[in-house]
Amino acid sequence: MPSLPKNYFAFFGLDPKLVVDGDVLQKRFYELSRQWHPDRFSRKGADEQAQALEATSILNDGYRTLKDPVKRAEYLLTEEGFPIGEQRSKDVPPELLEEVFELNMALEELKSGDESARPQLEEAKRNFVDLQTEIDRELDALFRKYDASESRSETAKQALHEVRGALNRRRYIQNLIRDVDKALSPALAATESIEDRL
Amino acid sequence: MGTFQIDFGEERKSTIVGIDLGTTNSLVAYMDLTSPRIVEDADGQKIVPSVVSLDEYETLIAGEQAREMLMTHPERSIYSVKRLMGRGVADVQEELKLFPFRIAEDSDAVIKVKLGSRTFTPPEISAVVLRQLKANAEIALQQPVTEAVITVPAYFNDAQRQATKDAGRLAGLDVLRLVNEPTAASLAYGLDKRKEGVIAVYDFGGGTFDISILRLHDGIFEVLATHGDTHLGGDDIDNLLLRIALEDLQTEWGEDLSTDSEGVQRLRRAVIDAKQELSFVPTAAIQLTYRGKTYQRQIDRALFERLIAPVVERTLEPCRACLADAHLTPEQIDEVVLVGGSTRIPLVRAAVERLFKAKPHTDLNPDEVVALGAAVQAGILSGDVEDKLLLDVTPLSLGIETMGGVVSKLIHRNSTIPASATESFTTAVDGQRNVLIHVVQGEREMVRDCRSLARFELKDIQPMPAGLARIEVRFLIDANGILNVTARDARTGQEQTVEVKPSYGLNEEQVEAMIRESFERAEEDMRERQVREARVEADNILAATEKAQRNEAWQALSPEERNDIEAAKLKLQSVYHGNDHRAINEQIEALNKATMALAENMMNTAVRGALKGTKVE
Repeated sequence: MPSLPKNYFAFFGLDPKLVVDGDVLQKRFYELSRQWHPDRFSRKGADEQAQALEATSILNDGYRTLKDPVKRAEYLLTEEGFPIGEQRSKDVPPELLEEVFELNMALEELKSGDESARPQLEEAKRNFVDLQTEIDRELDALFRKYDASESRSETAKQALHEVRGALNRRRYIQNLIRDVDKALSPALAATESIEDRL
Repeated sequence: MGTFQIDFGEERKSTIVGIDLGTTNSLVAYMDLTSPRIVEDADGQKIVPSVVSLDEYETLIAGEQAREMLMTHPERSIYSVKRLMGRGVADVQEELKLFPFRIAEDSDAVIKVKLGSRTFTPPEISAVVLRQLKANAEIALQQPVTEAVITVPAYFNDAQRQATKDAGRLAGLDVLRLVNEPTAASLAYGLDKRKEGVIAVYDFGGGTFDISILRLHDGIFEVLATHGDTHLGGDDIDNLLLRIALEDLQTEWGEDLSTDSEGVQRLRRAVIDAKQELSFVPTAAIQLTYRGKTYQRQIDRALFERLIAPVVERTLEPCRACLADAHLTPEQIDEVVLVGGSTRIPLVRAAVERLFKAKPHTDLNPDEVVALGAAVQAGILSGDVEDKLLLDVTPLSLGIETMGGVVSKLIHRNSTIPASATESFTTAVDGQRNVLIHVVQGEREMVRDCRSLARFELKDIQPMPAGLARIEVRFLIDANGILNVTARDARTGQEQTVEVKPSYGLNEEQVEAMIRESFERAEEDMRERQVREARVEADNILAATEKAQRNEAWQALSPEERNDIEAAKLKLQSVYHGNDHRAINEQIEALNKATMALAENMMNTAVRGALKGTKVE
């Protein structure tokens, strides 16, 4: 039996790029599902069944990763030797220091029952959401810059370096938004759980 | 007798059946050429009530007969056992207040229920229902049935799924696939006729509630999100009505019927009848005649709806959560499909219509649609159905326990299955040989708020300084939604032994022991039945012989012949109470031979008599 490509891009027959056409990806996903799903192998031998299971798990894990721009970028960074693991949301981006400080104050006030902090928090949330949109635009430009550069070139490495920085800022802001949401409506936050944190 | 064997060149595979193993009712179906068909039993019944009883011969029976016994012998009967599948005693305390489960004292991680003087686990009880369905299918299909697709609530966790699979094995079925009920229903609806679209399946059954949202694309049924409550169903509505009736009886009859299990069963039946009627008429009565007393209570639909509104409301929360998980608004749902008997209730239909802003499909019988879909899935597995494919998801996130009892999520809920995640583990002390991994299912942050799934022990790790070992553990949720764990030493690539200790449910050895026992039991049951049948035949021939001895034909026999018959009778009577059906059958045969001449004489006498009585005009 031929061995299966482990790399998600390779499995989908795509070039390792940061911009991926969602329609193409979905089409490939459906085609490969028809080819590999265990339902198609239920009366085959144990080896073939095991391979089908292996293939569909790579396929499904890959589809989940590649269809989400952030997860896709994180995956490509790791594959290219830019691990993002350690420095996840620890450091406050310097340009946000002041805002984060004020935000934490407001969060404390609301938690202690001071409803007057609410408008300030709502205002802060709007700012952060705008900021996130801005980072997304920045990421989009960086994605294109990487895709246009020659693989493993200095330009490519520089682009990945910047992508990593932008992703870390994005995650930091996302966590702030979640904290604010939690403070503004605790019931909602309970159902959201820790989904986005990991 | 000689038989011909025809070689078709290629082994002809037997039919894979699709089974809806419901809380209240179960059905079995198969693909008949191009469309799914529900199996009917000898009486033309499609539904097999999911009730199991231990009959007077200590044999487990299921279905309609068991439902009758539930009324007359509630202590030897059990219903709604699906509520106990894959659960521990601590999980079911709430159910015990409302359901007359008789839990054995030694139950812990696996519940045992008492029927008469014997105890059984929930998979063993479910296996009795499955065996009945299997037998019905074998008669209908005229061939042995050994492979099945069984449906489960989409929101069933790993232990509940495993328990269902165990039940299949105990019933002698190779469970090729567990399919989520709402997903199966969508297959039956033939919704793929519309090539593209987003549909919601609202599945409100006897004991469980599921909501699934799917995207259809050219025969592919891709589940986007699923949500539900494995303890919410028509049973809960019954309990509300039951409570009212019990209160009434307290005042009217001055007695507490709730402690009388036979009385409660009859009242429950009456309540269900009234509930079902109320879906079609504006007012219905709960009627009970019991021990010479009569109770009647009118319930109109307005009162009924006020009563059940909170239950219906409880189904809407998972619907909203499911929409949010699928990143969809109600307006983006193209069609809504209703599944499960409880969706016949007008209030339920209205609530669904209001939430999804779409008129729900009701053209298929909500009791049958899941079994029909299971048959379609069976057809997909056998290769008979080629254009359809289901891509389902895992309903609950999977995680492992980390420092401080915090859950680290590995596979998120609503991930398409099969899905996998790989984690590296190391040792904490020098020379450590074993590492224990605690796997949980659920959405909460702390282990104590999640469902413990199993403990996996990595064994025989090479002794080395702390932190140097690197064991890669792969968590794989298969197409049935069941977790498989494998591990290997990252440095040597060697497979690592993993020992699984399920937190709930049976382990492999227990299942195998039960299968062995059920085979032995089956042989024992078979022997018993053969002895009973032989005795019935012996009774018949003895009675016939005695009757013949009073006939004039007896007198026509020679003394030797008469002696032989008397001797044969005695011999048969002497083996009659033994447990060897062969000995009884032998003596029946001997008596048969000995009475041959007597029978002939009688025949001649009869013919003569008949001729005498015939008048020629």
